[in-house]
Amino acid sequence: MSGTALVVLRCSGLASLQDGGRPGYQRYGLSVSGPMDPLAMASANALVGNAPAVSAVEFGLGGGSFRAEGAELHLAIAGAVGVVTVDGRPLIGSRSFTLSDGAEMTIAPPRQGSFGYLAVAGGWLTKPVLGSVALHLRAGIGSLAGTPLKDGDRLKATPTSRRLPDYALESAPLYGGEPIRVILGPQEDHISDDGLRTFLGKVFTLSHQADRMGYRLDGPAIAHGAKGFNIVSDGTAPGSIQVPGNGSPIVLMADRQTTGGYPKIATVISADLRRVAQRRPGDEIRFAAVDLATARDAARALASRIRDLPRSLRDAEMAEIERLSRANLAGDVVDAMAEQP
Amino acid sequence: MEPTPAKLLWNGDTAFTVEFGESINGDLNDRVLALDGVLRETGLDGIVETVPTYRSLTVHLDPVAVDPSTLAANVLSLAQHKVGPAIRSRTWRIPVVYGGEFGIDLEAVASHHGIGADEAVNIHASAEYRVFMLGFLPGFAYLGGLDPRLALPRRVNPRSITPAGTISIGGAQALVASIAAPSGWHLLGRTPVRTFRPGDDPIFLFEPGDRVRFEPIDADRWDELDRAAQAGERIAGFVEE
Repeated sequence: MSGTALVVLRCSGLASLQDGGRPGYQRYGLSVSGPMDPLAMASANALVGNAPAVSAVEFGLGGGSFRAEGAELHLAIAGAVGVVTVDGRPLIGSRSFTLSDGAEMTIAPPRQGSFGYLAVAGGWLTKPVLGSVALHLRAGIGSLAGTPLKDGDRLKATPTSRRLPDYALESAPLYGGEPIRVILGPQEDHISDDGLRTFLGKVFTLSHQADRMGYRLDGPAIAHGAKGFNIVSDGTAPGSIQVPGNGSPIVLMADRQTTGGYPKIATVISADLRRVAQRRPGDEIRFAAVDLATARDAARALASRIRDLPRSLRDAEMAEIERLSRANLAGDVVDAMAEQP
Repeated sequence: MEPTPAKLLWNGDTAFTVEFGESINGDLNDRVLALDGVLRETGLDGIVETVPTYRSLTVHLDPVAVDPSTLAANVLSLAQHKVGPAIRSRTWRIPVVYGGEFGIDLEAVASHHGIGADEAVNIHASAEYRVFMLGFLPGFAYLGGLDPRLALPRRVNPRSITPAGTISIGGAQALVASIAAPSGWHLLGRTPVRTFRPGDDPIFLFEPGDRVRFEPIDADRWDELDRAAQAGERIAGFVEE
């Protein structure tokens, strides 16, 4: 029991290590995995000077308490996390901070959104499986032992050699109210005209059957056409929207099945999939059809936003002062702890 | 007869599928594997990986690195080439304990077809199968080549969990399951062979296009073979063609 580590004293929800995932094995039925919100993970990484897809802890509707062991740790949080408390001091928003050797911190579960990220300077150290440390729950590989993080786990890190400044990032909206953009197909010909109108015209809500594999939506049933609801299984993509026999759509997510036998009415464009991922059961969702060129523009915009994150960093103290004065001007009660559930 | 032209289907901005047909047959799968082979040799810029299935090839791409439409047009033109029949493959011999607790649906499948359980085993084990697709979950091998005398629709009530190594049939297909999973198929038997071995090299036993034969073994050999497989021994035999 030596070396530098963050000890998991207690954690809730589905906590796992994620990185860029493991492309190349879908032909064997193993999906890529990786972060449910790549922008949020890249933000946490940028705050501690890491490349966008360096290993980070992903919290799915959860949080926990932790202790630094062996050395001080330079950490950052971003995405859907609640208040972070370090030595009794609350920290708000996407930012980096130092946890001294032996000090404890708590991360409250988020009040909005689903997935938050905890990065460490240099990344979390564990043995990759097929080139990645990303947990794939069904396959039982990745993270520390092919399972979600649990109380008592030790997340190893490289000791920080130099003191890094604390930075903050303007938090990206987790999902916003605009419709989720989709490209119709590949099997929209299995859906009736009425079914297509329902899909593009009605409001759906995220059901409780939602995990890293797929999100089942509640709402009006989407009617199939004459070709029915069975196809000879073919390949799926991240964001594929399957419509099984009962007409309730399922959006396929990071740990999805690589092939499937239900018709796929549409695919969420890559730039918008994180906005689906950050929804939680009960949240509303609407869809709008776009063309391939629009989808590609959005993908490039997201990629350049991720590339520019290091240039968007701000001094954490200054950002906090500005935030507080904005809140005061707006007449809000400044009570950070009120955000804790 | 000229083959039907391949069809391009979009899966959003990160993937497209080249579809050769809508049915399960060896000729379509030949074309899928041939295109897969060509793309793996050619290494076109922007392709992340390819996924062969029964009747189509899904191409995953990086929409930031390449224009998806241009890439799709290039792939589609490669897909129109005529296909030679020669696809190198291996034939695996997979030991299976049929019936009883290992294959709880064997009796029902046999009586559905009005034959004895022994005959059902004999029919299942004398065919040569081909891995048409690996998919759904890691290492799940979907096989073509099931004798029509055994074919029957899937169960009305799927089981929420079936064990790793399950050998089952559904419709005209046969399956080797690698890990425990829900299933609506009919369970004929179980193999101690690990077709998905995290931490080993290679991690997956089968490649798309491989041939598979099943060898009935007695239930009292299960423990010994299961222990050997657990210890990392490769208990499946194979012949390279």
